[in-house]
Amino acid sequence: MGNDMARRAQTVLRLAGITKRFGALIANDAIDLDLKRGEIVALLGENGAGKTTLMNILFGHYVADEGTIEALGKPLRPGDPHAALAAGIGMVHQHFTLADNLTVLENIALGTQSIWSPRLDRTSARTRISKLSAEFGLAIDPSRPVSELAVGERQRVEILKALYRDARILILDEPTAVLTPGETEALFATLKLLVAQGLSIIFISHKLKEVMAVADRVVVLRGGRLAGERRTAETTRQELAALMVGQEVSLPKAASRTPGPVILELRSVSTAGASGTQIRDVSLQLHGGVITGIAGVSGNGQAALAGLLSGVLSPRSGQLLIGGGAPPGWSPRTALDRGIARIPEDRHAVGSVADMSVTENVIAERYRNGDFSRYGMIDWAAARKFAERLIADYDVKCPSPETRIRLLSGGNMQKLILGRALDPDPVVILANQPTRGLDIGAVAYVHARLIEARDRGAAVLLISEDLDEVLSLSDRIHVIADGALSRSFARGEKSVGELGEMMAGHGLEAA
Amino acid sequence: MDLFEILFTASFWVAAIRIASPLIFATMGELICERAGVLNLGIEGIMVAGAFAGWVTVYAGGDLWTGVVVAALTGAAFGLVHATLTVPFGLSQHVVGIGITLLASSLTYFTYRIVLPEVSSPPRIEPFRNWAVPYLSDIPLIGPALFDQTPLTYLAFVTVAVVAWVLYRTPLGLAVRAAGENPSAVEAQGLSVTGIRMGAVMVGSALMAVGGTFLTMSAFNSFFFEMVNGRGWICIALVVFGSWRPGKALVGALLFAAFDAYQIRLQQVAGGIVPYQVFLMMPYLLSIAALVLVARRASYPKALMIPYQKGER
Repeated sequence: MGNDMARRAQTVLRLAGITKRFGALIANDAIDLDLKRGEIVALLGENGAGKTTLMNILFGHYVADEGTIEALGKPLRPGDPHAALAAGIGMVHQHFTLADNLTVLENIALGTQSIWSPRLDRTSARTRISKLSAEFGLAIDPSRPVSELAVGERQRVEILKALYRDARILILDEPTAVLTPGETEALFATLKLLVAQGLSIIFISHKLKEVMAVADRVVVLRGGRLAGERRTAETTRQELAALMVGQEVSLPKAASRTPGPVILELRSVSTAGASGTQIRDVSLQLHGGVITGIAGVSGNGQAALAGLLSGVLSPRSGQLLIGGGAPPGWSPRTALDRGIARIPEDRHAVGSVADMSVTENVIAERYRNGDFSRYGMIDWAAARKFAERLIADYDVKCPSPETRIRLLSGGNMQKLILGRALDPDPVVILANQPTRGLDIGAVAYVHARLIEARDRGAAVLLISEDLDEVLSLSDRIHVIADGALSRSFARGEKSVGELGEMMAGHGLEAA
Repeated sequence: MDLFEILFTASFWVAAIRIASPLIFATMGELICERAGVLNLGIEGIMVAGAFAGWVTVYAGGDLWTGVVVAALTGAAFGLVHATLTVPFGLSQHVVGIGITLLASSLTYFTYRIVLPEVSSPPRIEPFRNWAVPYLSDIPLIGPALFDQTPLTYLAFVTVAVVAWVLYRTPLGLAVRAAGENPSAVEAQGLSVTGIRMGAVMVGSALMAVGGTFLTMSAFNSFFFEMVNGRGWICIALVVFGSWRPGKALVGALLFAAFDAYQIRLQQVAGGIVPYQVFLMMPYLLSIAALVLVARRASYPKALMIPYQKGER
């Protein structure tokens, strides 16, 4: 028993004083972390807190500027994934590192046999994989091509890859982000089996509930620094949340104001876009100083509604009126000129150009007008100044305006898009899924800014699949189902249950 | 002679296999490069350089097989230049490839002029002789085509088998295929993407050069300008036609060569009526048609032409 305790207390991994800078940005600032045998440690922090950077240093994808790493008592050579693997560290990346053209077996066996051996030993690989998958509840057919696998199955392959190499330390980066609730439970069961066998696990997450459910100990990162460390048995979700964001977060519950005049109106509009559910016979009034929320299950015409307002789609029938008149030649450009600000649903594909700089991205909607161009030439000095101002005003963490926008975390990218949309004081704001994939702090920030814009008199259309978000922000609520829109309800007029029924397509007309 | 009678002459099949041989070498070379994620547009120039390097070695008194080895090393050297620029430096594979083609062919012509300043008609060497396989070469029609060729042709077919074996049966091939699909998978397993890609480009380029030297040491017996004549570009199309698989690419090379051999004979049959350029065009038109049909469904290596930078998000 005493012996067992001693073994359990053995430290298998020690990170000391890890510091990593990207230009002016300090991603990790003197971080210490210990991991003991048979323990699950959760690394908790918001997007951009430095969790992934720290693990990439551990695994040798990055080299730390300062600090040392010891695995099983021996120093780990920095910047060498091979050294990390040899030291028994296995990593399951957030974005899987699987080759789609290979089978499960081939992906697992890759790099495990000497590269000059004349023959890949499939038979023994298959035996070993079957044994491991039976032992840890990771059911998978080794001969299937990875391209055919569902996300949860791919993750199992990633875990098997590490186990196949006799990993003693397993790092999982946001492993549940892509899983269904059922798959998440299966994963947690596997993790418990693994630590029972003496493995140690670092579980990276920003989901408090999961951290409390699975971890023995929680290490919290905030802004690249160690914000605190707790045993899960001795802490609460509230305490962890406070550590994570640094201050108490409260969802804004701003009281409604007196509605202003109608700024944008749809009269019995139907669309005929190329793909997805179209809207039919939709009537909608957006008042100044009002947040109008659209609640609905994904794929019920939200994309068409957003496309219509942003100018990508034109009404096939019915009328779109801005300030009482129908704008001629409806296009994205007209929409912008008429003061409609857009926060697109997909910030990566539509909201930004990944490989262009922050500056180029923030002037993307306005480079033609006099602020940023003269005689057909872009005024880069003015553009840069504008980008710097947005970075400061919207609290964006990025090294410089020249940084390619793809290097920003999701929350920071969204803040920039928000800044780009809100800065010219738009009269209508189309916010489509504005907080999808963001952490608590960034969500609160986006909400506060939207309320601020409303208070300035803008008409805000909030489209969200998160019913809580719609309920907490909106002054008026519509439900969208199968392309049709319900009448508008005042805040609190319908219960969550009633709204849920309507979202499922029941009683839209009757309501 | 009737249009279909041509298909039943042994000489047609012999010619088809001979025309296919250099294409097979170079196509396998290109296929290896692309499977590792590198498009090698240096192929045309590397074939020219290989054709000359092999030939000049023999002309200077070297053994025929020494010539083949020198050609392969020349190809590997150009491959090293290509790989250095495209893999660790991550430069555009298109630009570097075209550059290598221009550099390799110009250097070749330059060297030719330096080595042989005063010749007007290209000097000849004693090329590889046919080596007939006893008994098998007596099979009517296909016997002479498959079993009475030069050793380099046999080597071409052996190369296909070896490439297929390595790609699908060995840990090395696994790493090459993964490097062309998702290099981060290779890196996560502790292998060097740079090493694998550079190695693949060098070996691939060596095969391209051997394909080139087939022309001067097996098909003909001298070196002249423009003798590669776009064969490299055809091989790039053949890789696509073959969906990046050695066996299918071999079929593509044989088909193309058969069309080519057929059109030469058609010129003699119908040349009086139809302009000969139409026949010259035929193999190319047919390859385009075949490409359209076959390549639409092909699944190409996902990381092809994308430079890999370690640790980049």
